[in-house]
Amino acid sequence: MAVARLFARSGPGAELLIRSAHVLDPRTGLDEPHDVLVRDGRIAELGAPGALPVPDHLDVVDGAGHHVFPAFVDPHVHLRTPGQEYKEDLDTGTAAAAAGGYCAIVAMPNTNPTVDSAAVLGSLIEHAGRAARIPVGFLASITRGLAGAELTEMAELRDAGAIGFTDDGKPVVSAGMLRKALQYQRLCGGIVALHEEDPALSGDGVMHEGAVSARLGMAGIPSLSESTMVARDAALAHYENARVHFQHLSCVESVQALHDARQRLGARVSGEASPHHLTLTDESVLTLDSRFKMNPPLRAQRDRQALIEALRSGVIECVATDHAPHAAHEKEVPFEQAPMGTIGLETAFAALYTELVAPGVLGLATLVERMTAGAGLYELPTPQIAVGRPADLCLVDLDASWEVGEDGYVSRSSNCAFHGRTLRGRVLLTLAAGAIAHRRPMLVASAGEPRSSNGVVLGRTRDR
Amino acid sequence: MSAHGNRHLISIDDLDRAGIERVLDRAESFAEVSGREIKKVPALRGRTIVNLFYEASTRTSSSFELAAKRLSADVVSIRSAGSSVDKGESLKDTIQTLSAYDPAAIVIRSPHAGAAQLVAGWTSAAVVNAGDGKHEHPTQALLDVFTLRRRLGTLDGLNIWIVGDVTHSRVARSDILAFTRMGARVTVCGPPTLIPREIESLGCAATSSLQRVEEADIVYVLRMQHERMREAFVPSLREYAQRYQINERRLRPGQLVMHPGPVNRGVELSAATIDSPQALIGDQVKAGVWVRMAVLYELLVGSPVLTAVA
Repeated sequence: MAVARLFARSGPGAELLIRSAHVLDPRTGLDEPHDVLVRDGRIAELGAPGALPVPDHLDVVDGAGHHVFPAFVDPHVHLRTPGQEYKEDLDTGTAAAAAGGYCAIVAMPNTNPTVDSAAVLGSLIEHAGRAARIPVGFLASITRGLAGAELTEMAELRDAGAIGFTDDGKPVVSAGMLRKALQYQRLCGGIVALHEEDPALSGDGVMHEGAVSARLGMAGIPSLSESTMVARDAALAHYENARVHFQHLSCVESVQALHDARQRLGARVSGEASPHHLTLTDESVLTLDSRFKMNPPLRAQRDRQALIEALRSGVIECVATDHAPHAAHEKEVPFEQAPMGTIGLETAFAALYTELVAPGVLGLATLVERMTAGAGLYELPTPQIAVGRPADLCLVDLDASWEVGEDGYVSRSSNCAFHGRTLRGRVLLTLAAGAIAHRRPMLVASAGEPRSSNGVVLGRTRDR
Repeated sequence: MSAHGNRHLISIDDLDRAGIERVLDRAESFAEVSGREIKKVPALRGRTIVNLFYEASTRTSSSFELAAKRLSADVVSIRSAGSSVDKGESLKDTIQTLSAYDPAAIVIRSPHAGAAQLVAGWTSAAVVNAGDGKHEHPTQALLDVFTLRRRLGTLDGLNIWIVGDVTHSRVARSDILAFTRMGARVTVCGPPTLIPREIESLGCAATSSLQRVEEADIVYVLRMQHERMREAFVPSLREYAQRYQINERRLRPGQLVMHPGPVNRGVELSAATIDSPQALIGDQVKAGVWVRMAVLYELLVGSPVLTAVA
């Protein structure tokens, strides 16, 4: 029997009809208005808009003017559990993901204790079965305690449910150590995901090395701290014929190294980019606001442009938020002292829609594809809008404008790099593994719009 | 707070050229006061100024204290050693505690860039940045401009070389901004390991060779910041001195020499140069009190020249 890799508390299978929403699924080719009938958590029927009859006692959601997408999958999230539940836990983290339109997320193992043994992973999986609102998968660490010195029991961790391995937050500094992990991957499978950074080049750096760091007098992290490690590890992956994924790529040189490794070497490597690296630059750090401190750092405009182009062309296959919650008191300190990271689950789609799709830089279908492609890369089922499939979908109002943070955050933390920005595109409803994981509470009716059977008025959100 | 609203001096970018000149003119009037037998004016009588120093400082902290006292303010000076900061209190909590005393101004020195700006967001007092990490030291730049203007009348067209450890120098950053704003051309010069990448974006030239230093009207020598270096940026101070020390051999007659202090004698400057008439170092120290009086006065009494920081 196949080992389970995604875990959530069980919810009742959703029963509802989404009426006349524009259904867009780049994989099935759907791109027009449809009725979507969900029965017992599965997509039961797709019909012409307004054509499907309403079964008795069924919730009807008016989707007219809205979009239905396959729900998103995030291969890179920090849920801070166990050990730092004051920043996030499985309940709040998965709720934040659902609010952002996600139906599955993958949690990083840099917790306290580290997810480096089957015992820790087992208790986490058991906890997820009680607390997670959407399916969560877990990466285990490559080395014990993220110390870079000894391999974890990778085969046992895989048998216990680990999707794969990463020392995220830290690089695997020793090429010899990484090589052993890649060799061991042949035994146990599972993706090896890498945070690429050369500590000798990053030094005490707190932001991108460039004109802005020169102006602010802050120690810089040069781009080549990342790109030289991407090049090194792509060569190792090729040599060992291993499957390697590069996390949160941030600079033009890394994109080139990834492209070269695939095109010239034929290495089995993939890459992800974050919404903040795709939309912001180091100019934001001129505000000295620690919300803009993350690792890898926000880089220069040319890096951002290279990431966008790579996402469009598919050199970078997927979007990953690197959702990294920190408590307010930890971030309310001078920039150099603040911990690195921004939350991103609730804003990922809206930020990318507002900054890339609305201005015509990236196609909507491409964005949806890239926000779901993490599933396939991590050997997880890819959400699809097709009859018979589990309902993993989100309903989005692309016209709704909202100010990030205005109503607080679903996440336990509020360290969001997009705080205060007005974004377009709001997730109204998320179905994950067939259950309703998120429904925007402040749906406002206008005349003639249908009422749901449970008395909640469903309709378009009011534009601000 | 004051009738003039909440105003701060965080960065030289808070001042345009007219604003700088206004502060310098005010400093001239305080220079005159300082020549009198009674050096005090009652401008800030009954108001409280807090000096909060999270980093060692002799001249900046003493000159701010003296400046506040000569303006008749009540002064509270706090150093991190021995204070509740030592006991792990956060900057935010410290500021909120001190703000309960309703100070008119908080002067802060911090080892971290952006500390003064953060403080400005947490208090209704006016905030003066007395040095934040390697970022800025605006009152030092103002006193440097004051010293040059007093000696030469104007900075327009001056060729100023800033020599030494630019990477770790907040003085260099504020000076580049202030000198160029006042019409001077600035070249920074130092070993490649101590010149930040893309420093030219601040509006200066950059070189690693002293060959053309004779072109300079002013040679502004920076302190080797051992205390801010976590690793060796130069192979040895001996080699550094051989290559970059400003001394009587490298200076031509007529060139003026400045240094923000404290000097490493025999490293970045030769002893003879420090004591030569070409050195303006003593003038800079004297100007420190007058310029800091002017900054406090303009923030707390004068009409708005210092614009609010967003």
